[in-house]
Amino acid sequence: MALDSSKTTGFKYVGTRPDRPDGLDKVTGRARFGADATAPGMLFAAIKRSPHAHARILRIDATKALAMEGVKAVVTRADFAEGLTGENWNILENVMAGDTALYDGHAVAAVAATTALAARDAIKAIEVDYEILPHVTDVDKAMAPDAPVIRAGAADASVPEGLHPNVVRYHESGHGDVEAGFAEADLVIEDHFVTEATHQGYIEPHACLGTLGTDGKGELWCCTQGHWNVQKVCAALLGLETSQLRVTASEIGGGFGGKTAVFIEPVALALSRKANRPVKLVMTRAEVFKATGPTSSTSMDVKIGMKKDGTITAAQGTFRLQGGAFPGAPCEMTAMCAFAPYDLKHVKQVGYDVMANRPKQAAYRAPGSPMAAFAVESVIDELCKKLDLDPIDTRLKNASREGTRASFGPTWPRIGLVETLEAAKAHPHYSAPLEPGQGRGISCGFWFNHGGETSVSLALSEDGTAQIAVGTPDIGGSRASMALMASEVLGIPYEDIRVIIADTASLGYNEISHGSRVTYASGLATIKAAEDAVQKLCARAAAKWGIPEDAVYWEDGFAKPSGPNAGDFAPLPIAEITATMGATGGPISGHFEATPEGAGVSFATHIVDAEVDRETGSTKVVRYTVVQDAGKAVHPTYVEGQFQGGAAQGIGWALNEEYIYGEDGRLQNAGFLDYRIPVASDLPMIDTVIVEVPNPGHPFGVRGVGETSICPPLAAIANAVSAAAGVRMRQLPMRPSRILEALDSAADG
Amino acid sequence: MSKLHVTTKINGDEVEFLCDPRETLLDVLRDRLGLTGAKEGCGTGDCGACSVTVDGRLVCSCLMLGAEAEGKEIATVEGIAEGEALHPLQKKFIEYAALQCGICTPGILVAAKNLLEKNPDPTEEQVRYWLAGNLCRCTGYDKIIRAVMDTAAEMREAS
Repeated sequence: MALDSSKTTGFKYVGTRPDRPDGLDKVTGRARFGADATAPGMLFAAIKRSPHAHARILRIDATKALAMEGVKAVVTRADFAEGLTGENWNILENVMAGDTALYDGHAVAAVAATTALAARDAIKAIEVDYEILPHVTDVDKAMAPDAPVIRAGAADASVPEGLHPNVVRYHESGHGDVEAGFAEADLVIEDHFVTEATHQGYIEPHACLGTLGTDGKGELWCCTQGHWNVQKVCAALLGLETSQLRVTASEIGGGFGGKTAVFIEPVALALSRKANRPVKLVMTRAEVFKATGPTSSTSMDVKIGMKKDGTITAAQGTFRLQGGAFPGAPCEMTAMCAFAPYDLKHVKQVGYDVMANRPKQAAYRAPGSPMAAFAVESVIDELCKKLDLDPIDTRLKNASREGTRASFGPTWPRIGLVETLEAAKAHPHYSAPLEPGQGRGISCGFWFNHGGETSVSLALSEDGTAQIAVGTPDIGGSRASMALMASEVLGIPYEDIRVIIADTASLGYNEISHGSRVTYASGLATIKAAEDAVQKLCARAAAKWGIPEDAVYWEDGFAKPSGPNAGDFAPLPIAEITATMGATGGPISGHFEATPEGAGVSFATHIVDAEVDRETGSTKVVRYTVVQDAGKAVHPTYVEGQFQGGAAQGIGWALNEEYIYGEDGRLQNAGFLDYRIPVASDLPMIDTVIVEVPNPGHPFGVRGVGETSICPPLAAIANAVSAAAGVRMRQLPMRPSRILEALDSAADG
Repeated sequence: MSKLHVTTKINGDEVEFLCDPRETLLDVLRDRLGLTGAKEGCGTGDCGACSVTVDGRLVCSCLMLGAEAEGKEIATVEGIAEGEALHPLQKKFIEYAALQCGICTPGILVAAKNLLEKNPDPTEEQVRYWLAGNLCRCTGYDKIIRAVMDTAAEMREAS
């Protein structure tokens, strides 16, 4: 009989707020992040990058660089594997340009030298001749008939005939008859929305330290959200056997999706192989902006019909996503998330993945969903205004519930949207009076959440404590959550458990820390591994007592006979079983390897008050409340932190942050001075309400919380600003100049 | 390739090093002295992850040359705790979960300690403006501000 510790109430450890296990290292400066590692004989590397948005590479001459003091190796595309196909080819093409530089900042060569200064001097001495080609950076222009073609033949079979070759993927889904639905409406609003590309903005630039020998064996240390993926990709790009490259994930200084991709690690390894020495490679902030993961920029059209009583009769959206010079913009997810919060009889969504001369887009916290919500929730807000309806009541009236057919196909299991709306409505924020010049905005948001391939290994020590190896880099306190879940099953104190992030040689495969999957999937795996160990502990007790295994159960760290019939034995503590485990059958460990598929979707409702200065056009967020369904909050403080962090990133996206390209196709603001993320003085305290509607697919009901928190803010803030300014804002970011323009045109109109 | 010889004091200890005239104080701390607590987030003085104090003044160590450390007293995150005793700010940051990834934490601790030395009773607005030069992308600052305010209150009570 398999042990099952599933429960949704009566927790002893889960739901408490202990100190995180890596806290001391992180407040004393001794935590080791990507750039903090060194190796004997280590070289420093730097990357030569294209200054052009689109150019044919005619010649690369490194003669002068190689002659410089301290320079040990130069690599170009010729130093990587040939004959790659599919996504591996795309990644290699992005890591090191082939015949053509596809965006400002595209890598064309790299140097390793004895000092960082020598490496930086040497890349200036590498000569590159370019033939400049026409470029395009805007999504709508990239789809136009006269747009330069980024790469012919990049489109897949999903793209209908007749579209520009820069349209590389197409998505369409929905149900019903939207035209019939619009005909039933009392009011139909259709509007166009635009968002600019933003960057994840993690404070730690990408960094790695690699060693690769001519024997094909390598070691790599890097900051990444998924080191098994790094292992797999680097092996492919360098022509290695995957198992011969051991990858260790450093502490990670923020990722938000941007560190799910591989950028510099293959370059460090290629340089190391050529120089036969360890090579450290750390990006500058400008390189992070120019050559790593921005989001897609978007151009969107949304049309929604509503009856006077607030019933939505039909909804339709078209979402065009610019994803840089490679396929991959999340056009499906954008389209699928757009109307997910609503129970719709007639709905249709269309997505386009469009290439342009910009860096390859990377995931950023619920990829695509925030932009879709901005467009959809703005139209719903406008409908509520015009029909004089309460925005929360209207959303409640149309909300997806258990049994609703989702806008993109499936029928919802138990979900928590209604609970978030009801909690938002009951929150004092929603009924608080506004000051003059302020407006209030509401928005819902949705994210799928994810399971994915997962391995966890748990080993008991002789003193009855436990060590757990998980493979998902800890990007927000997950080691604490894993220890809490294991405590719950083992019945031993949180402090008795040590959780580490294992390297690729020490544990089975683990998918990246993405899709809000860690607390769900690694958590489930930790629970199952702990159950596996508990079962073995019970078996040892049964053998000692001479009774059947199923006559023993586990409670609060003790093996106990299951009832009077099992025999009269004093409860056996874990430490007594582990103290003699060598003699009673050997070490006791627990394992779990699987691809959990019960991830539970999550919804959120945000309330924002914004104040607009009509003279300067600047906006201040004066009050912010996040209400989100966590399923079960394992460590509530860190759940709050995810809610607050997502809201803050959303505030930046809505008000300040954007990639600005010049006419020459070059990025104009590749630094934190000109790409302004929110600072402490920009923000208010961010209030949080944790709703817990258990996910039936997780033993403790966990849904995962990292991404949904960034889905509503763009729309909620846009609705608040539109209310405060008295004019609908349809383009992000709502920087002061844009607000002044909107105010002027409203005054003229 | 002539290097400069520099004598300075870091976290109370006499330190000598040779550095290239172009090397920043941050480069020297991290690459020559093994003090990797200060982080390079931008290299342009915009993120504050490399914050240290120089003769009691809060600076971005990426904006100062290593050679300029001559004769100065430098304090980094590694010197905040005294032996096994953590500074109250360090304790509160753990207790409040005022960090998620922790990359900005060293700079924020150095900056917050510097604030409390100058102003033991700051308002929330003063804390927010003092820390406006220290970017954090994970937390939305909420728990950081609360941790600093509560530390200040506790230190006032203790003194």
